[in-house]
Amino acid sequence: MEANHELSVRRPLARKAKLNDVSKRLKRNLGLYLIISPAFFYFVIWHYWPLYGIQIAFKDYMPALGIGGSPWVGLEHFNRFFNAYYFWTILKNTLGISLYGLLVGIPAPIVLALMFNEFRNKRFQTLVQTISYAPHFISVIVAVGILFFFISPTNGVINALLGSINGSKIDFLAEPGYFWPLFVWSGLWQGIGWSSLLYTAAMSGISPDQYEAAYIDGANKFRRIWHVTLPGILPTIVILSILSIGGIMNVGFEKVLLMQTDLNLSTSEVISTYMYKSGILDAQYSFSAAVGLFNNVINFILLLTFNAIAKRAGQTSLW
Amino acid sequence: MLSNIKRTPGEKLFDAVNLLLVLGISVLILYPLLFVLFASMSDPRQMFDNPLLLWPKGFTLQSYSAIFENRDIWVGYRNTILYTCVGTSINVIMTILGAYPLSRRRFFGKHAFTFLFTFTMFFSGGLIPGYLVNQSLGIVNTIWALVLPGAISAFNLIIMRTYFQTQIPHELEESAYADGCGDLRLLYKIVLPLSTPIIAVMILFYGVGHWNSYFDALIYISDREKYPLQLILREILIQNSLKEMLTVAVDDQYGDRMIAREGIKYAIVVVSSLPLLVFYPMLSKFFEKGIMVGAIKG
Repeated sequence: MEANHELSVRRPLARKAKLNDVSKRLKRNLGLYLIISPAFFYFVIWHYWPLYGIQIAFKDYMPALGIGGSPWVGLEHFNRFFNAYYFWTILKNTLGISLYGLLVGIPAPIVLALMFNEFRNKRFQTLVQTISYAPHFISVIVAVGILFFFISPTNGVINALLGSINGSKIDFLAEPGYFWPLFVWSGLWQGIGWSSLLYTAAMSGISPDQYEAAYIDGANKFRRIWHVTLPGILPTIVILSILSIGGIMNVGFEKVLLMQTDLNLSTSEVISTYMYKSGILDAQYSFSAAVGLFNNVINFILLLTFNAIAKRAGQTSLW
Repeated sequence: MLSNIKRTPGEKLFDAVNLLLVLGISVLILYPLLFVLFASMSDPRQMFDNPLLLWPKGFTLQSYSAIFENRDIWVGYRNTILYTCVGTSINVIMTILGAYPLSRRRFFGKHAFTFLFTFTMFFSGGLIPGYLVNQSLGIVNTIWALVLPGAISAFNLIIMRTYFQTQIPHELEESAYADGCGDLRLLYKIVLPLSTPIIAVMILFYGVGHWNSYFDALIYISDREKYPLQLILREILIQNSLKEMLTVAVDDQYGDRMIAREGIKYAIVVVSSLPLLVFYPMLSKFFEKGIMVGAIKG
């Protein structure tokens, strides 16, 4: 009783002191709040205000009525999307292209970085590495343009080679079966060098002592790579993999859009290109917002799941 | 040091195979770029007959002179330079202003702001809600639709914050602060002069992004006079249409014109990508450092 009484007297005082403390700290940081305010307002306007607009996925959005005033329709747009005959095709394409891309795109830069790392001549290493990420700096339009130069059925290099070998030519963009490999391998060409840079940076952080110790213990080159280099870059591998898994539903949508033709739609239509066409081209705002929301929620769930798995496994995680 | 230890024969073989593989990969990566450069300087007719190239075939610059006569390309070039300069300036200033307070130890509310900013990397409203916001702001079909919605990349902001946190001596800030130096002056006089490497990296990251982006312009810009270079490139390279440059009449020279047009495609790729491909090796030292800092998880 006695103790309780004392507490109830003290509590308002403590709260007051805490409030004082808070206002003091706020005042002390006034300058910093002013500095951060443009960034704060930027994120509120262009990243949090759109979250308010997500509700149109459950509404029948009419521009004249505004976001708030449009009538609710519940899950109508989602039902229409899930029941459409193309739903399973575009889901399969989205996941298929992404997984194919991850399967190729995650290990390849690691292997390349390991190969670079074995060079004793560091200036030579810098040279080949700089060459390897040159394609990163060209735009996706130019990259696809260059791809078209090579695969063109009339005057492309690849078809000229095929023609001289067995006399037949392939119209790669008209054959649905070629879309996934074309997309993934041209992406590897553009991205492998740049992605390997992150691993090289991580490798340069491994202490030379570890390599010497391994050498003295009689470990050969492969064993040194396996037991020293790879564990050293494992946190980087985990973080980058989680991030790419979190982007699984997004594919390289800007590039898919460029490589699509009417003839390869059966393997090239993905959720995001579909969202773009129904939303921007056909102005079905609500339906497209529903498709987009479905996409983002799946992405977010995948990210959380893989982050949790990495954490469980005792590995680095995003947070 | 390990590099002074004598290599065993097996390791010598390993190094030789490794060298060959890396050289092979480098050639595979570089060849498509060189191919375009050589093709742009070749006689389009010879190119058309046999596209395999190891050096320019029938050297001529006629494709380049054809580009100079195309108005669309130069208007696009001018627009892209404008968007890149304005956009990158906004990006860098906003990112610095957002990152600096987060790097200060005594900043009250640091975690709340960090969460608010980084959450946007993982969840977004999506294409349409974002479009509606820009529509209600009335910036559709203006330069602002291209430079404001992406003013800060949360990822770059975190890299910048980590740089400020780890590379600027804490004592320097504290002593300046004790001398009565305000936060903004501190940022301007002490922090920024010590941060040129990371600022160079940011200029490059954001600048390349603006130079190469096409999708925002595709959605938001409807006025042809405001098209950036990439949208013009899309018409020529992807949709295969060259306006103004070639008349459509089918006559004796039709075939020649179709072939000349292929030459123009190669030249336009070179003209549009050259600025970046010339600058990046000079800046490479900086951004390797920037990535190194960013790789440290903060």
